[in-house]
Amino acid sequence: MEHHTHAAVIEGHNLHDHAHAHDHHEHHQTFVQKYVFSMDHKVISRQFLITAVVMAVLAMVMSIIFRLQLAWPGEKFAFIETLMGKKWGKDGILDPNAYLALITIHGTIMVFFVLTGGLSGTFANLLIPYQIGARDMASGFLNMLSYWFFFASSIVMVSSLFIEDGPASAGWTIYPPLSALPEAIPGSKLGMTMWLISMALFVVSSLLGGLNYIITIINLRTKGMKMTRLPLTMWALLITAILGVLSFPVLFSAVLLLIFDRSMGTSFYLSDIYIGGRPMEQVGGSPILFEHLFWFLGHPEVYIVLLPALGITSEIIATNSRKPIFGYRAMIGSMLAIGFLSFIVWGHHMFMTGMNPFLGSVFVFTTLLIAIPSAVKAFNYITTLWKGNIQYTPAMLFSIGLVSSFITGGVTGIILADSTLDITIHDTYFVVAHFHIVMGLSAIFGMFAGVYHWFPKMFLRMMNKKLGYLHFWVTFIGAYGVFFPQHFLGMAGVPRRYYTNSNFPLFDNQIDINEFCTYMAIFAAFGQTIFLINFFYSIFRGEKAPQNPWNSNTLEWTSPMAHVHGNWPGALPEVHRWPYDYSKPGHEHDFVPQTVPLGPDEHDGGEH
Amino acid sequence: MTLLYILAFVLLCIALNQLFRVFELSRDLRGEQLYKTHDSDNRFNGRGMLLFMFAFFAFFLWQIDSYYYRILPKSASEHGYKIDALLNANYALVVLVFFVVNGFLFFFAWKYHGTKDRKAEYILHNNKLEMLWTTVPAIALAFIIIFGLKYWNEIMKRNNDPNPLKIELYAKQFDWTARYAGKDDQFGIDDYMQINGGNPVGLDTNDIRCNDDILVKNEFHLPVNKEIVFSFRSRDIIHSAFMPHFRAQMNCVPGQITSFRFKPVITTAEMRKDPHVQRNINEINAIRAKKGEDPIEFDYLVLCNKICGASHYNMQMKIVVESEADYNAWLAKQKTFKAIAQK
Ligand code: HEM
Ligand SMILES: [Cu+2]
Ligand SMILES: [Cu+2]
Repeated sequence: MEHHTHAAVIEGHNLHDHAHAHDHHEHHQTFVQKYVFSMDHKVISRQFLITAVVMAVLAMVMSIIFRLQLAWPGEKFAFIETLMGKKWGKDGILDPNAYLALITIHGTIMVFFVLTGGLSGTFANLLIPYQIGARDMASGFLNMLSYWFFFASSIVMVSSLFIEDGPASAGWTIYPPLSALPEAIPGSKLGMTMWLISMALFVVSSLLGGLNYIITIINLRTKGMKMTRLPLTMWALLITAILGVLSFPVLFSAVLLLIFDRSMGTSFYLSDIYIGGRPMEQVGGSPILFEHLFWFLGHPEVYIVLLPALGITSEIIATNSRKPIFGYRAMIGSMLAIGFLSFIVWGHHMFMTGMNPFLGSVFVFTTLLIAIPSAVKAFNYITTLWKGNIQYTPAMLFSIGLVSSFITGGVTGIILADSTLDITIHDTYFVVAHFHIVMGLSAIFGMFAGVYHWFPKMFLRMMNKKLGYLHFWVTFIGAYGVFFPQHFLGMAGVPRRYYTNSNFPLFDNQIDINEFCTYMAIFAAFGQTIFLINFFYSIFRGEKAPQNPWNSNTLEWTSPMAHVHGNWPGALPEVHRWPYDYSKPGHEHDFVPQTVPLGPDEHDGGEH
Repeated sequence: MTLLYILAFVLLCIALNQLFRVFELSRDLRGEQLYKTHDSDNRFNGRGMLLFMFAFFAFFLWQIDSYYYRILPKSASEHGYKIDALLNANYALVVLVFFVVNGFLFFFAWKYHGTKDRKAEYILHNNKLEMLWTTVPAIALAFIIIFGLKYWNEIMKRNNDPNPLKIELYAKQFDWTARYAGKDDQFGIDDYMQINGGNPVGLDTNDIRCNDDILVKNEFHLPVNKEIVFSFRSRDIIHSAFMPHFRAQMNCVPGQITSFRFKPVITTAEMRKDPHVQRNINEINAIRAKKGEDPIEFDYLVLCNKICGASHYNMQMKIVVESEADYNAWLAKQKTFKAIAQK
């Protein structure tokens, strides 16, 4: 009970501020204060989203360029020279170093900038204050800094595309020594320095954001918002933030040590190397140390990407099935279990580094354990649909798409987690298929679902439904079309990160699979232009949003459909029940908002 | 020309703008709430889900039909049979799960599409069901873990031949060198400081055991049915020795020596006669013929499987598996380290 009184104090304080603001400030805020260096969570969330959309388009265009190379190696595409310049795309043929640069930056942008910064940044900022009933984040200032570090980090990453030797090109996992030695690959000159600076800024942004999210959820919940009444989005974002705060500093140290090795002659990761015609002095380091540090972040990172998407879809699936989420407590429990286990499985990325087979066994065991809470989540989603009354909004379509890709990509994780089997499929296209489907597709589907669902709260207008449907079906078909066949490439032994698979004849007859994937990628990219048109058009000219367009229970829909400083013009709403009372017998409507008091004999659903 | 493009673009924008105007006007006139989900939308998308399921499953089966014969041929190494058996068992299991769970998802998505006259059932949870779907995966995973680890330990800690053939694979940007221990059956120690043109893999010239070591490039040979213990080194960055036909893979890490053992059981000549291999090679040759290239024959390869720079995609070397006699004859013709260094 104690934290309630505590929260009430802060709340009162905020309320005061807010009333104050209304009288004196609001109308005098300059454009810069209001839209650029804003401390309002709603503006910051839009800033994250727009930045992520721009970055995603960039990364998507890159993927089309390297997919063309994979499908038609050596073919001349004039536009490649136009886009990439004489050095990287001479005569319209992609240079091998440019290929590696593109896949590296594509992966980095997608994983970190779109699905970490973009996804968490957008929805944590938008939803946390709204759904817990707070005026804003605990610290608006740190929140603003979090965005501007993210922005700076994006600028550094994008600028690295334009430098003489090209951007980092050692893969998004930037294993040294490749990333440490400028002699090894042009991307490890200035480009890698910029990558490292960019990631350092990114870590700062992520930590500032994460700490803020945690503190806000713990401290600023409105009256009656017990932890067991939190929407699953809040639980997901909370656990995500905790994972981030615990793991990103480790990435930071990995990056820092790499910077030392690159420019100060230390040898954390280097030993016994002969390159550029001379032996290097550094001895005693180990590149495997980097892999441990990297994956200690890297595996939690894949859940940092996925959990917010799972939270978003939990909310959307319950709302649009018009049914409580099945097994609310089991959902929370499984997210906690996934969060915990994700810290002790990182070694499954390193079975083939020569690690002690016994250690490998331990990682096999812990990794396969994760499949249990993951399975529980999938089953809970499916049972939420069961006997529901499903309303197909575009957000709902994408949420179901997420469940499907989570299943399809999850099952191949079971194969990869088995170190015995990993001997033949590690680093092949099977891995590419696995993680794109389970992480890439699931998280991006979750992000789309969130955008369609909460667009009205962000821009006060609705997106076009029909275009949303079209976007979903094209994306769903296209995305599976791109990645599903890649399992077969992997099973044929085709390694990943190859500039072409036809330089020696062994894989020559696989070319038709690569062509198929490329056609599908172009098709899916076309689908994204539908989204972009719908998105930008609706921001300015979409139909005006009503108060509660999806008949939803959560608090954000009780705040006025306007950008009110402090979210609720009067007192903060009070919460009386969990958020999933959909189609509850004994109520007139098929939804009962959290602010409706419990009836005399009514039980709160979250208590179960 | 550019001007024309700009003009066309501007015109397009104006046209689109007009189109949107009309659309918005009619929307506002009729006072429609376009965002609202109607029963017809639910029916359409619900059916879409079911249709997608059938199409998706059919697509999967079609891929099995058209691509499955291209997966790696039967294992050319002894332990690989275990991996393949386990792999097939796991595939069977996950494919089943894939069909069943996706099936439920899409079926429900269709079956329970919303209509105005129905209300969803208020179901919170169900302990029996939840127990069931926690324990069943747990049991299945227990089997996967037990068999996985059993084979893993058998493969990684094999010691059944006290006297295996020792081969070192040495990686550098962007090629492989194989080293055999020579007459004394011992490798000389290495010293990366001594690398130069005559000493490409950095052997310590003070160690006389190096002198009879044999170094080969471009292709290396293995005797069939002989246990081989590979050790791996790298000169510059992390490479990975991937020998897919032997179900073998191990990273080559600078500053470290890693190892892997296997016993080849099928010679190159035998593998070339395998129908599965022949079907693929015939396809490849048909493609080559179209491009006017000579036909090829199947060969085992070691590929680099860890991103290592511009020519990563082409860092490979041929492996020939042959009878012990042929192997010995081949080895006798190769140059020793001493012979190479003296040049
Ligand atoms: C059932 C649960 C899962 C299991 C058992 C599992 C297992 C694995 C294993 C063992 C690998 C390494 C494969 C290799 O390199 O040979 C891997 C790769 C990967 N997985 Fe998963 N996974 C699971 C779910 C997920 C989820 C939910 C995500 C993301 C949200 C994910 C993202 C990734 C990524 C990004 C990689 C590739 C990293 C790289 O090498 O670049 N996995 N997975
Ligand atoms: Cu992992
Ligand atoms: Cu290599």
